[in-house]
Amino acid sequence: MTAAAARRKILGVIAEFPSATALYQAAEQVRDKGYRFWDVHSPFPIHGMNKAMGLGKSPLGYIIFFGGLTGFLTAASLEFIPSSFLYPLVVHGKPVNFFTVPAFFPIMFELTVLFSAFTAFFGVFVMNRLPRLHHPIFDYEQFRRVTDDAFFLIIEASDPRFSDTVTREFLEEIGGKDVTLLYEHD
Amino acid sequence: MAETHAPATVPFEERMPRPPMVLNNRSMSWITNLIAGIPEQKTPLWWYITIAITGSFAGFGVLCILYLLFTGVGVWGNNIPVGWAWDITNFVFWIGIGHAGTLISAILYLCRQKWRTSINRAAEAMTLFAVICAAIYPGIHVGRVWMVWFMAPVPNPNWIWPNFRSPLLWDVFAVSTYFTVSVLFWFLGLVPDLATMRDRARSKVGKFCYGLLALGWRGGNRQWRHYEMAYLILAGLSTPLVLSVHSTVSFDFATSLIPGWHTTIFPPYFVAGAIFGGFAMVLTLMLPARSIYKLHDVFTWNHIDVMCKIILLTGSIVGYAYTMELFVAFYGANPFERFAFINRYFGPYWWAAWSMFTCNVVIPQLFWIRAFRRNLITVFFVCMCVNAGMWYERFVIIAVSLTRDFLPSSWGMYYPTWVDVMTFVGTFGIFTTFFLIFIRFFPMIAMSEVKTVLPAADPHYHPPTIGGTESMKEAHV
Repeated sequence: MTAAAARRKILGVIAEFPSATALYQAAEQVRDKGYRFWDVHSPFPIHGMNKAMGLGKSPLGYIIFFGGLTGFLTAASLEFIPSSFLYPLVVHGKPVNFFTVPAFFPIMFELTVLFSAFTAFFGVFVMNRLPRLHHPIFDYEQFRRVTDDAFFLIIEASDPRFSDTVTREFLEEIGGKDVTLLYEHD
Repeated sequence: MAETHAPATVPFEERMPRPPMVLNNRSMSWITNLIAGIPEQKTPLWWYITIAITGSFAGFGVLCILYLLFTGVGVWGNNIPVGWAWDITNFVFWIGIGHAGTLISAILYLCRQKWRTSINRAAEAMTLFAVICAAIYPGIHVGRVWMVWFMAPVPNPNWIWPNFRSPLLWDVFAVSTYFTVSVLFWFLGLVPDLATMRDRARSKVGKFCYGLLALGWRGGNRQWRHYEMAYLILAGLSTPLVLSVHSTVSFDFATSLIPGWHTTIFPPYFVAGAIFGGFAMVLTLMLPARSIYKLHDVFTWNHIDVMCKIILLTGSIVGYAYTMELFVAFYGANPFERFAFINRYFGPYWWAAWSMFTCNVVIPQLFWIRAFRRNLITVFFVCMCVNAGMWYERFVIIAVSLTRDFLPSSWGMYYPTWVDVMTFVGTFGIFTTFFLIFIRFFPMIAMSEVKTVLPAADPHYHPPTIGGTESMKEAHV
């Protein structure tokens, strides 16, 4: 470690694992050790990893429900307010009363789907704190391979149990290769 | 004889193992190199030649559209009684093509059909480009194109709002929602692969563009957790959406009174036809791409086989619908309806109806035979027949029904003009040009998804090792 690096703030410690299986088993051990601010990085979502990391189901579904509800209410007001109050449009002498509401269903459905989809799309990026143009993790040259075939586990320095010596040893003990300290940007 | 009884105790999976989804035991980096290597390689000569041709068609199509806009709809063959002709035929044709992409990406995802991973990206891209081609027509067929904002849900200067009870307005909402949701779904799936492209990029431009589009994706499980939930929900939303879109398109016809249009069978019939035609188009595009880019290990014969089976299934549903329409016309005792169907198959446009029936119902029956499902020539031949047949279907339903309705005094024939033809050819040019640009700059197969179907992606997978009983025991703990 150079003198300049020593002055920089530690982001965390990263270890590489040879396979999805190894990463999964390592995640279980990190979870059991009681770490809280850590993450595993893989080229694809690993089935069952949420459980191995002790994470629950993503709450995104509940947020999307409210997005869909907004869409439904938007469609309902968009249709009812003009067609029932502002300018009831009589076409072919057909009624314009409340019993014609099935004719409003298609647009209600479409806008419910549209708003839910927008919520899902933007929700996933807001929850993931994305987009961001850079992240200190990208300074680690090896990390490039995470989108190809490499598996990493990072324990962040902000974790209350983090210690740059003990955590490193622990990661080596559970099979991590190339255990390295990562630094924040200056 | 003991062996014949033994299988009862052997698990089904071992007696009849599933065919691997990626052949030859390929590794993850092999997949990355294969697929990310396509946009990274030097632009091949064939690409320039093809895009020059398709781009010229697209450009000529745009000129035809401009000619139409500056002159009037009279440059088309549309006239009373055939007010909707090639414009709406092509609209329905293109929007139907799009449906296969959503079926593959959404419905097959919900059904856990993992083979979809090899084709979903390209099929979704195809959806977007097909919907772009489709959306051109309603915009330009209105005649006074500067009035096209009447389709928007805003009041006109007389404070009259659009009729929200009209299927035509439903259609505007359905198609625009469909396009938007398809873009979101496609892009969300693309983000992890764009991150791969970013991490591999060598040039400054590539690093910048892919880096920007990847939005800083890091592949952490805390990100994948929300990502997978969003993907699942988008699939769940797209599934009823795709069924609703073609149902709504069919309402444009079904809610009218024209014999041949006014039938309740239309929504499921249109949806089945859309999926049918769309799968044929996916194969039409992907079979050449597979051969050119040597994707045989990822897009295997098993993929083609199951896609052929879906074509066979949906083609048979379409055949059932054609027959049921005939039966109802006979059994319904409505003389106008009965005449519409006699006219459809034996009137002046008999050749269109019989082409439709042959291409869509008879020829796909070849796929009952395994050898035909596993032969490039027959698969491609059947797909081309289906592409043509589905266009004929829309033409037969839309234009032919209009030529002869209630009053013989108002009957008339329909003849397309060169502008009709070239606009349609132009949309093919636009479609293929977009697709060529897509395969040149984006990974055309979802790498991150294909990796999940490899055996090594399973966290409980242990590579078979000789004498590795120790590790095998651990695996079962």
